[in-house]
Amino acid sequence: MANTLKLEIVTPDAVTYSDDVEMVTLPGAEGEMGIYPNHVPLMTQIVAGEISVRKGGRDLFLAVGDGFVEITGKRVAVMTDMAILADNIDEAKAEEARRRAEARLVEKLDDEETATVNAALAHSAAQLRVKRRQGR
Amino acid sequence: MPSTRDIRRRIKSVKNTAQITKAMQMVAASKMRKAQQAALAGRPYATLMNQVLGQVSGCVGDFTHELMTKRPVKKRAVILISTDKGLCGGLNANLVREAGKFDRATTIYIAAGRKGSQFVARTKRQLGAEFTYKDAPLFSEARAISKFARELFTKGEVDQVDILFTNFISTLNQKPEVVPFLPVTEIKGLGMGLEDGAQLSKDGTEFLFEPGVEGVLGALLPHYLNFRVYQILLESKASEHSSRMVAMKNATDNAKQIIKDLTLEYNKLRQANITKELLEITSAAMAMS
Repeated sequence: MANTLKLEIVTPDAVTYSDDVEMVTLPGAEGEMGIYPNHVPLMTQIVAGEISVRKGGRDLFLAVGDGFVEITGKRVAVMTDMAILADNIDEAKAEEARRRAEARLVEKLDDEETATVNAALAHSAAQLRVKRRQGR
Repeated sequence: MPSTRDIRRRIKSVKNTAQITKAMQMVAASKMRKAQQAALAGRPYATLMNQVLGQVSGCVGDFTHELMTKRPVKKRAVILISTDKGLCGGLNANLVREAGKFDRATTIYIAAGRKGSQFVARTKRQLGAEFTYKDAPLFSEARAISKFARELFTKGEVDQVDILFTNFISTLNQKPEVVPFLPVTEIKGLGMGLEDGAQLSKDGTEFLFEPGVEGVLGALLPHYLNFRVYQILLESKASEHSSRMVAMKNATDNAKQIIKDLTLEYNKLRQANITKELLEITSAAMAMS
């Protein structure tokens, strides 16, 4: 019996992560979800947050934006607009991006722009959360 | 018979032209590299998206989304993705030839890029909207196009939407292609060079949806369509710059050939002149003696 999952995290820019893992925790739209191998096929949305991956007994964290996840018994495919490994997050940059997004929100924006800024805000917040958790 | 001065002047002007085309070739080459990278980087995402949607839409049961409903085609829209600038070889000419094949009475054109809208205006066809996109296409630009097309479709003004664009196959090969956009009935790749297609799977794997089929598909379909337009914009840009680079390289090569021919002619003429003068001098000297 297969006891690993093939996890693929793909963004429009690149394939960020592709490996066999033992377990993955996703930031689902209705709360966190832990996925083990042989999960029931599931299609769901995720929100900006952190994905934690367990591989070989070690945990790995990624900051992701919102997107979609397709889960079959053997495979978890994550399609999102941002994915950064915790080690690659630049805390200062994320902090600055968050401040800039917050400043933009105060201005009057149309719906389209508000959505863009909110997404940017969520991205930077997710990065910061993942990074700070690592530091602890 | 042109004089030596005429030929010299022509050589100079051809040299100037060659310099300009050479510079344009360099610019296009550097832009091409960027555009190609962007197009290639987007492909895994597009492939995965196709696979997922293909699998999922095979197992939604009775549920149909309004973007997936097939209707008898009375009116159709074509999203025509062309370039803003010319001087890129036969790219736009080929594109326009394909665009002219649609029935003029029942087709509404949605133009992205100035050359396409010029064509629609020139042939007095129906122009639904005109969009612009930058050298490095932005996702928001793609979203605007896709949103407009979706609204036309959901309001029932058109029953089918296709996209006509130049598929990037390699630096030397780009092909105008028509791909279906709406309704989403089958998930197909864009042929060779672009992502792999994925067939609708009918193997009966039941998918759970969280939070519900409607919610997930309702979010996934528009995103899929937006991204499809975005990827197509990237591919078109890569085609444009490749095509321009090749066209400019040909122009530079031609100019060099012309310079060579003209120089030869110039030297021949110059020698003929010298020989003529020598002959005159010697014959004059012979007459004197």
